[in-house]
Amino acid sequence: MLRYLIRRLLLTIPVLFGVATLVFSLIHFVPGDPAQSMLGEGASPQEVTALRHSLGLDRPLLTQYASFLGGVIRGDLGMSFRYGTPVTREIGARLYRTVQLALAAMTVALIVALPLGIVAAVFRATVIDHAAMTAALAGISMPNFWLGPLLAILFSVRLGWLPVAGTGTLAHLVLPAVTLGAALAAILARMTRASVLEELRELYVLAARARGLSRSRAVVRHAFRNSLIPIVTIVGLQFGAVLTGTIITETIFAWPGVGRLLIQSISFRDYPLVQGCILFISVTYVFVNLVTDLAYGWLDPRIRFE
Amino acid sequence: MMIKIGLVIVCIAIAAALFGPVISPYDPAGQELSRRLEPPSVSHPLGLDELGRDILARLLSGARISLLVGLAVVSVSSTVGMLLGSIAGYFGGRIDDVISRVVDVLMAFPGILLAIALVAVLGPSLTHVVLALSVIGWVGYARLVRGQALRTRELDFVQAARALGAGPARIVIRHVLPSALPAVVVQATLGMAGAIIAEASLSFLGLGVQPPTPSWGTMLDAGRSHLFDAPHLTVVPGVAIAVLVLGFNFLGDGLRDRVDPKLAR
Repeated sequence: MLRYLIRRLLLTIPVLFGVATLVFSLIHFVPGDPAQSMLGEGASPQEVTALRHSLGLDRPLLTQYASFLGGVIRGDLGMSFRYGTPVTREIGARLYRTVQLALAAMTVALIVALPLGIVAAVFRATVIDHAAMTAALAGISMPNFWLGPLLAILFSVRLGWLPVAGTGTLAHLVLPAVTLGAALAAILARMTRASVLEELRELYVLAARARGLSRSRAVVRHAFRNSLIPIVTIVGLQFGAVLTGTIITETIFAWPGVGRLLIQSISFRDYPLVQGCILFISVTYVFVNLVTDLAYGWLDPRIRFE
Repeated sequence: MMIKIGLVIVCIAIAAALFGPVISPYDPAGQELSRRLEPPSVSHPLGLDELGRDILARLLSGARISLLVGLAVVSVSSTVGMLLGSIAGYFGGRIDDVISRVVDVLMAFPGILLAIALVAVLGPSLTHVVLALSVIGWVGYARLVRGQALRTRELDFVQAARALGAGPARIVIRHVLPSALPAVVVQATLGMAGAIIAEASLSFLGLGVQPPTPSWGTMLDAGRSHLFDAPHLTVVPGVAIAVLVLGFNFLGDGLRDRVDPKLAR
């Protein structure tokens, strides 16, 4: 396991390096002068020169790159142009809300998907199975930027049960979490069905039934438990989709997280903050994938000996 | 069955995009401010938006944008992906290492985050959306084709072609790519669904198609301000996106089951 751990960690280094390089080069893709673009057409040449200096854009490219990488390693992502504060502080202040939303969405997804997938597998090729899988496909096809407003129309505008936007109470979390969790629930339900079906074909399930175990007990105690490995992996791998989903969900429900900060910083052409948010989300994604791979290797010894 | 449903939905969408002006006589940009936010009626079957524009006409015009973006992204991504994937898989060695590392890095970016980043710095426009989605789109095809190429290059008929003096380009085009084509077609069909959602997402965030050009994403974004007084502004474009994406997903899933019967359970 230690060899697998070291190999997997070593493989992550070039990926992280590549991610940082790509994020660094973003500001250099800005057409024209990034400093001019941030300040707008009305800015004086002196203001543009001052901003270019403060962003370090007047230095040679390699020096800028080395300084950027050094800053990333030290946790210094520069200063926000809009707020005048360190980028890491702005991200840190909103991190809790994004994590809260992502975890709530994953909880919603698991609560819906696992029973749906198991029922679809047990009643394979019946109306129940077709209905469950069609619902899952509809869930994947339904974009969250539509589902969110629809839920808001129904539960906030028509029924008045839940607040339409903002934070404060647990009720504020419900609509964003359901909106964000729906697509994941759909993917997980399909995966759970496939995985449970696989296990139901195994001889040990037949043996359990032959020993007198009821069908539901054989499914829950045996087939489902063994089908959890790929499900855990998908949950981990889908964390990236959830992270990206927070960008839109937070925008719809005015949820003050990192995703909304990214969109706001794009509107204000606050490029250091844009870079910071993108780097933060990407690095989190890489690490979650790493942890998922390690967990998979730990759960299934065949993986780490491959 | 899934293929048929998907095909019907996609064909209807293509017909709607092509014959939009015949179906709705209104100009998608034409405003009737006195009738703004009017609900569906006989003269305007899907109602009017916040500027009094016919929602049906805008929906049909938006279908053209969605399908066009999907087609452009899938064409560029699959061409680049197939080319680089087959080169990496067939030649192996250092060239494979370089391409695979680039694929690894691009795959390390979640979903459309890189597209958001690129459009954020390049500026919002339809061309930049296609470019950004293609930059992230080709990696999936490359990985798929690379795997197929690795398998195919060892097969007897490829060895035979090589022994007969066929060059690498001929082997890749005549033997490696055709073997990967069924899987690529499935990926491209599902990729259309992904590209349509991604374009709508970017436009919804204000990073894609810019007003007054109608796009389903911008229509949804505009509808958000009228959830209370005119929910049809939100419901209509959302249904269109969901149904079209569902159509491509049905088609892709059905084709995948045909290509790989093991998956059809």
